[in-house]
Amino acid sequence: MSSNAELVIRDLHVGIEGKEILKGLDLEVKKGEIHALMGPNGSGKSTLANTLMGHPKYEVTQGDILFKGESILEMEPDERSRAGLFLAFQYPVAIPGLTVANFLRTALNTRLAPAATNGSGAMPHKKGIAPKEFRALLKEKMGLLKMDESFAGRYLNDGFSGGEKKRAEILQMAVLKPEIAIMDETDSGLDIDALRIVADGVNALAGPGMGVLVITHYNRILNYIKPDRVHVMVDGRIQVSGGADLALKLESQGYDWVRDQQEVEQS
Amino acid sequence: MSTESANLDLREGYTEKYGFHDAEQSVFKSRRGLDKDVVAQISDMKGEPVWMKNYRLKALEIFEKKPMPTWGPDLSVIDFQNIFYYVKPTSEEFKSWDDVPADMKRTFDKLGIPEAEQKFLSGVGAQYDSEVVYHKIQEKLEKLGVLFLSCDQGLKEHEALFKQYFGTVIPSTDNKFAALNSAVWSGGSFIYVPKGVHVDVPLQAYFRINTKDMGQFERTLIIVDEGAFVHYVEGCTAPTYSSDSLHSAVVEIIVKAGARCRYTTIQNWSNNVYNLVTKRAVAYRNATMEWVDGNLGSKITQKYPSVYMMEPGAHGEILSIAFAGKGQHQDAGGKVIHCAPNTSSKIISKSISKDGGRAGYRGLVKVQKGAVDSRSTVNCDALILDERSRSDTYPYMEIEEDRVTIGHEATVSKIGDEQLFYLQSRGIDKEEAAAMIVSGFIEPIVKELPMEYAVEMNRLIQLQMEGSVG
Repeated sequence: MSSNAELVIRDLHVGIEGKEILKGLDLEVKKGEIHALMGPNGSGKSTLANTLMGHPKYEVTQGDILFKGESILEMEPDERSRAGLFLAFQYPVAIPGLTVANFLRTALNTRLAPAATNGSGAMPHKKGIAPKEFRALLKEKMGLLKMDESFAGRYLNDGFSGGEKKRAEILQMAVLKPEIAIMDETDSGLDIDALRIVADGVNALAGPGMGVLVITHYNRILNYIKPDRVHVMVDGRIQVSGGADLALKLESQGYDWVRDQQEVEQS
Repeated sequence: MSTESANLDLREGYTEKYGFHDAEQSVFKSRRGLDKDVVAQISDMKGEPVWMKNYRLKALEIFEKKPMPTWGPDLSVIDFQNIFYYVKPTSEEFKSWDDVPADMKRTFDKLGIPEAEQKFLSGVGAQYDSEVVYHKIQEKLEKLGVLFLSCDQGLKEHEALFKQYFGTVIPSTDNKFAALNSAVWSGGSFIYVPKGVHVDVPLQAYFRINTKDMGQFERTLIIVDEGAFVHYVEGCTAPTYSSDSLHSAVVEIIVKAGARCRYTTIQNWSNNVYNLVTKRAVAYRNATMEWVDGNLGSKITQKYPSVYMMEPGAHGEILSIAFAGKGQHQDAGGKVIHCAPNTSSKIISKSISKDGGRAGYRGLVKVQKGAVDSRSTVNCDALILDERSRSDTYPYMEIEEDRVTIGHEATVSKIGDEQLFYLQSRGIDKEEAAAMIVSGFIEPIVKELPMEYAVEMNRLIQLQMEGSVG
């Protein structure tokens, strides 16, 4: 079976500390599409997000992940990022002392220059984006997310509010311009205003050049981001897929009917 | 990359950039070892007044009597009789780089000293082995009466001023290595900033060891007169030799009423140098003394810059960074001694250890009887990069007054897998991600450095971190 989707997940089995979480998951996401992945707590949504990005804690025991036609299972997280994959974290990690601007310029420059230092002790990425050009870019993207300019000088996620962290994730996405972005419960912990700003940001970025996989527990965010496809995940597998109306059905009927359907299938 | 191969690579960058050495070309070299004759010879060669010669000889006796300190890192392997105590590189000190012998000039060029002087310094002193070979201060500062000389020239040209302060802050009886320095000192800086004069741009001294098995014993004396300001920066490197060298300096600073002195060190000795230094300042009424002490190199460093706050309103500050890699032991920290009421102090220490290195904070907060309403805060944070490395904290407190405010916080942390994953997920490779986390850890201190040195410090950290994450 061949596919022209940028992200192809085939029969993916993933375990953590010997316990199988994903049990044969199939999913395809193309550039220009928005997919929503929904499911109850513990269904394996975050495991999928972390596995796609290459978190060392998660072990792929079967199946494959293809990105632009190549398996990425052997690739380090930084290689996957440079290839065009992005994960907006559910719980972004604080790096005290590292400013948002410095971090983003370094991350951006990994795409413009060789990644590693050359052993001479010289600062890497000397050839990257010019400081002036970068400042302009950052200013533009921060404007898009209605962020104050002082944000660039703050330490990454250090003392950020929940909303600031999520906005910072979208800012990173805006600067790095991935081909496929995975958003892991980006809506959780956001008040309605922050949710709208984040959703506006995603909508502005989504388009022919980027595919998005929105992972969410609630369909609240889907009032602002209109998915082309909705998938429901239960017990490590995608159980049901459909159009945007599927999210509405979940909202009114909950996840129980999907579970029931699964039991019927299994019996 | 395995951690083992990373260890082998660690100082490779150092060897290329700093660890090279010139052919030996000294105009005079004392014989190996130390005794009265060697000390007298050093004094005679320098043509010193009799009082200094006697001071040296007395200090030698003190050195010989004092036992080796045993409360810190193991120093028992230092063989005092295998060291060259005085290596005179040139027949004189020069005021123009063009006059400095080509080899030495090339070395300092490689280290970027003349370039830095052009760009952002008020004055530069460059010491090569035992003597300062180049010294220059901007004319406008000279006209204001600012003195910036080698310590030897200070004694020669301003004997009365020199004698008034020399050995008053750190007497030769202070400790074994202060005694040793007092006996064989050579080079270092002598600085006097007259009342009310602000030296806005830093003065810098650079110390370079070239000769194998040598000891460098520079002596620095800084007097900042009332209401004046100076920022003094020192840097140091040495060739990577298989046998050990000894660097044992003494730095005395007098900060008079309302004056401020900042003393910044970026210590980057090669990993075969024992760096045993005594640094102390006295601060008078409303004066401020700040030590910014970065220790990246050396085999063993023992250094605890201290501030004695002698009169009300005095303020002391010590910002310390210690980085210990394979085979390194950094025993750094600071001491603040509140001798008068209403004095304040702050110590911030950041230590990083990796590849089996050992970095620690050893510090003292002392409030003497009568120093009421004194305030002191101490923050020491340690970052340990792998299981084989070690961090120690020895925070001593001697508080003899009740009405004081003392704060102490200490943290120990490791680079988290989640932090690495997060940075990697943005395209940054693991090694650089770790370096960024380390740079962030020391950022509160690095941001206190002048821009050029902040860049240098980050570059050095980057160098130290190369090949560090498997």
